[in-house]
Amino acid sequence: MTCDEARLLLHALIDGELDAGHAREVEAHVATCAACAAELAAQREMKRVLAGTSLRYTAPAGLRMRIEASLPQSKQPSRRAVLRGFAMGSAVSALAATGLVAIVLRQDDQQRILSEVVSAHLRSLQAGHLTDVLSTDQHTVKPWFNGKLDVAPPVIDLTAQGFTLVGGRLDYIDARAIGAVVYRRRQHVINLFVAQTTSAEHRAPTTQTMQGFNCRRWGNRGLNFWAVSDLGADELAEFVDKFETAMKGNTEG
Amino acid sequence: MPPASDDPDRSRRFREAALPLLDDVYTLARYLLRDAEDAEDAVQECYLRAFRHFDGFRGPDIKPWLFAILRNVCNAEYARRATRPVAIEDTPEAAEQVPLWREGEASPEAEVLRGRDATAIRKLIEALAEPFREAFVLREINNLSYRDIADAVGAPLGTVMSRLARARAMLRAAWTAEEEQPR
Repeated sequence: MTCDEARLLLHALIDGELDAGHAREVEAHVATCAACAAELAAQREMKRVLAGTSLRYTAPAGLRMRIEASLPQSKQPSRRAVLRGFAMGSAVSALAATGLVAIVLRQDDQQRILSEVVSAHLRSLQAGHLTDVLSTDQHTVKPWFNGKLDVAPPVIDLTAQGFTLVGGRLDYIDARAIGAVVYRRRQHVINLFVAQTTSAEHRAPTTQTMQGFNCRRWGNRGLNFWAVSDLGADELAEFVDKFETAMKGNTEG
Repeated sequence: MPPASDDPDRSRRFREAALPLLDDVYTLARYLLRDAEDAEDAVQECYLRAFRHFDGFRGPDIKPWLFAILRNVCNAEYARRATRPVAIEDTPEAAEQVPLWREGEASPEAEVLRGRDATAIRKLIEALAEPFREAFVLREINNLSYRDIADAVGAPLGTVMSRLARARAMLRAAWTAEEEQPR
């Protein structure tokens, strides 16, 4: 065996990738060649030092959450939501393929908050995360928020209108604590996120879709609302209409 | 739309197989792109693509498959960066021409490497030219077998072996050169 061959194969030897025959040949060469023997010892030493050093990186928690949120939830029983999530995923990646960095930079504040809202909705669907206070009684849910938030979100029972109040939860959107009121229609969960805003003007509801979820967003009485669900856009709009009508009845009546 | 997309099991299987490897994929991305933000973007894109093509994955080990996808994403990122000037030592063709070992080189006998902290070693690894750095990281940090490295980078086994040998020779040279410098 020549020195050139040995210099190549000694790496496979220390990596345990060399078959017995070649291993014997390398060892025979090294036994008679001081330079190659020194190289083998030096490489073994370097491998030992490297193995004792932590050279791995840990993925940031935000990256893990973004990836988890971008995958359709297998816990979602709705076939429609899975289909829509997949279609959306393809659209996002097609967009991403045109420029990895651009897609991050072009996300404006609203888009970022929308993605946080959808992530919060996804987190809430994991077992045991949906509600902090579990009650179908608005007079139990509403006081629970008092003292936990600057402004308690309006809690309205819409059971008669076909949307069952399930409970409430504290969540975090845009690094702020925020109230989430949870409703259910059939097997579909609706998270209604409510945040205080400085603007008192009325903003008409608009629906956006992200990762297979519909998000209807509006502003009224100094509050911003985001209703998120895998319900169809029409039923989510119906929910928002019923909620706003009931709110109007509450404040005027 | 692919017919398998409505399989509710698919997403779960993908999560269970791919998400535990996130640190591995991120580690490779960090070494390949040498930039934390670019690495995050690349990993996210890698997972999106992997999920889309998950039906095309034929086991047994998903790790080299994920790495191959990450590599493609990173190559697109290199292409984007290609507008920037490239340092001479970054040209892989030039580095491949350098012989692994020259006759009459000073004998490195009984030379003991002084321990370095992780940050210093990471810097030395990052300074390696691209194909060598890649082979080295896949082997020493991601613990892939030669066969899996060959699959992930789409190169013959012999090329993988020679890149790995060169990477280690270059790394050791840089390491010892640094030690000889007065500090």
